[in-house]
Amino acid sequence: MQIPYTTEERPDTGLTNSKLGIWVFLASEIMLFGGLFSAYVFLRLAAPEGDFAYWGSKLNVPLATLNTLVLISSSMTVIMSWASLKMKDFKKYKLYMGLTLLFSLIFLCIKYVEYTSKFDHGYFPSSSTFLAIYFTLTGLHGLHILGGIIVMTYFWLPIGNKMWHTEPEHFTDRIEIAGLYWHFVDLVWIFLFPILYLL
Amino acid sequence: MSQDSHHEENFIQKYIFSVDHKIIGLQYGITSLLFLLFGFMLMMVMRWQLAYPETVVPIVGSLLGETGILLPEIYNSLGAMHGTIMIFLGIVPLAVGAFGNYFVPLQIGAPDMAFPKLNAASYWSYFVGGVIMISSFFMPEGAARSGWTSYPPLSIFESGQTIWLISMIFLITSSLLGSMNIIVTIVQLRAPGLSWFRLPFFVWAQFVTSFLLVLAFPPLEAAAVLQLMDRVASTSFFLPSGLVYAGNTVDVSGGGSPLLWQHLFWFLAHPEVYVLILPAMGIVGEVIANNTRKPLWGYRSMIYATVFLGFMSFIVWAHHMFLTGMGQAMSAFFQTTTMIISIPSVVILTSFFLSLWGGSIRFNTPMLFALAFLPMFGIGGLTGLPLGIGAADIHLHDTYYVIGHFHYVVAPGTIFALFAGIYYWFPKMTGKKLSEGLGKLHFWPSLIFMNGIFMPMFIQGLAGVSRRMYDGGQLYAHAQDVLQWNEFMSISAFCLGLAQIPFILNVFITIFSGDKVDRNPWGSTTIEWSAPSPPLPHANFEGPVKVYRDPYEYSVPGAEKDFTPQTEK
Repeated sequence: MQIPYTTEERPDTGLTNSKLGIWVFLASEIMLFGGLFSAYVFLRLAAPEGDFAYWGSKLNVPLATLNTLVLISSSMTVIMSWASLKMKDFKKYKLYMGLTLLFSLIFLCIKYVEYTSKFDHGYFPSSSTFLAIYFTLTGLHGLHILGGIIVMTYFWLPIGNKMWHTEPEHFTDRIEIAGLYWHFVDLVWIFLFPILYLL
Repeated sequence: MSQDSHHEENFIQKYIFSVDHKIIGLQYGITSLLFLLFGFMLMMVMRWQLAYPETVVPIVGSLLGETGILLPEIYNSLGAMHGTIMIFLGIVPLAVGAFGNYFVPLQIGAPDMAFPKLNAASYWSYFVGGVIMISSFFMPEGAARSGWTSYPPLSIFESGQTIWLISMIFLITSSLLGSMNIIVTIVQLRAPGLSWFRLPFFVWAQFVTSFLLVLAFPPLEAAAVLQLMDRVASTSFFLPSGLVYAGNTVDVSGGGSPLLWQHLFWFLAHPEVYVLILPAMGIVGEVIANNTRKPLWGYRSMIYATVFLGFMSFIVWAHHMFLTGMGQAMSAFFQTTTMIISIPSVVILTSFFLSLWGGSIRFNTPMLFALAFLPMFGIGGLTGLPLGIGAADIHLHDTYYVIGHFHYVVAPGTIFALFAGIYYWFPKMTGKKLSEGLGKLHFWPSLIFMNGIFMPMFIQGLAGVSRRMYDGGQLYAHAQDVLQWNEFMSISAFCLGLAQIPFILNVFITIFSGDKVDRNPWGSTTIEWSAPSPPLPHANFEGPVKVYRDPYEYSVPGAEKDFTPQTEK
């Protein structure tokens, strides 16, 4: 027997299963990063005056600003890819999803450059509390980016064409859900950028 | 996603990598019962050491080293693993993974969970986490030995902790996937006519429990990641500057705080207490309504109390930390919230007691377990109040009193409720009813020996005997007057082990030679009983389910039978 409300909305809740599922999942993600952010606040308050600012000044702000722009662009292209599917334009979907993947890979490359330049200068997670939380937060965020890339690549590969031709509505929903996750990952970075690089 | 019921499946698809919520529920149930038994065995070894210190442990002595005597470091490992296994691998998977998975879709008239594949992923993540946890016993470093709470700095330096943390990340992932699924299933897949206030109390309990799991577990995951960094990447999230360990100043950058771990840990672990107790209350509600043959008293106020309990459980965590020196203002706040959170628990328990009033009670095995739950949980809850008051906690903190308190909540409390659930729903899962005679032979000794184990702990704790001591407090003058209880408690524990034999026999005898019963042997009103026993694979019910009634329409005046199923017009 088919599970109801996978593609059509349940009338009294106005939601599909996957839409509600991703929101509940994102709520748990908020608690995960919320826990780490509160650890940051806790450690910063306990740290000697100026300690966090001193170590924070070692980070590369221009590169991180560029990365912020790259990630915001990827958030825009992922919406465009979903909108293209809504308008039944699969070619444009391929284009925008491809751009999203490109932007996310650029983000990871820039992150890699940042990390290696830190390691080259002898800055490791064990060097200071600030660097410890910096590497943990950005590392975990990077893993989330990687997870997103894996899922979106799956939908971008030929298997996506097949899904689109057999179940177009379901496929559009899947892209929307992946997009919601992607916005969340983007939003986490919007919080990480000021507290790590600018404060 | 879903499959048709006539779709052919081979053995592995059907029973191993199944996506059917009933099979996954059974997988969860069997695995977690085995873990419960294993965790209990670890405790029996520890109880031998406490009763007969430094003598050769019988039967398993050869596993413990050449002498056969339990060594202090292994004692610590067993203690840490007992707590971890019982909570994260035993009770939560049994209460939420097994009962939630199997009966939530059935009680709301759904064909399956909302995300069957995620459901299977949840079980397998749990299984892998469990295997990693158990395998740590055989690693060169041995199993974790810093207690189930894993307080730093000890946990950063003690061996075995890395494996513990990796295993916990799997278990947390499993809980998240499972509880998300339950939330979506309850919101989306309720049968037509099944409004929120027609849901059985069990479903409400699972709903609130799932929210606790979804929102409270991630901070522990965050904490586990930080602790893993401390151990693997030599960071110092939890290590203060100038820390001295084993006579040497530790060479780390410092600047961290051990208290940070305690905050993050208890932010999970206090809601976790309600994760342990709410599904149990849900099961007790079902069994009591069914066997008193009348509706649950105060059904709506119980639901409001459950939801309120869920909210409050997020702001009481620091009552575990009164002795950390976090300050008067914090203590006053958390004392107050702790006193407030006892109110909804009392509302629920009182409703259960009042539900008994005027009922024509059937004393069958599930009902006996459910009835025993009430006073046992009552003792556990009431003995918690002194611990929630900072002044009293100074004396009682980290004594056997605490152990007695939370074991009364979880062991004769939750575990009895889970047994009630097993006896109550066994006919639905297998089509056969467990034997009443063996059931009573299981119940009465269990009740007596549970109290034999945990009641003396209050006496020892009030006398000031600390927990987690290898010798049970032999070296302390203040402990001398109460040490004789150790032997009594240990013998009770061994007898409790023996008392589980009738249960195990009962399950096997019933499966292989029990008599078939019809689909509603208890005369119950809720929806799961209108499905065949066992329910159809991937569909559960023979046709579409429609709901016309409230959950507990027992003994309605003027009705023909003393129960009217929810699906009956």
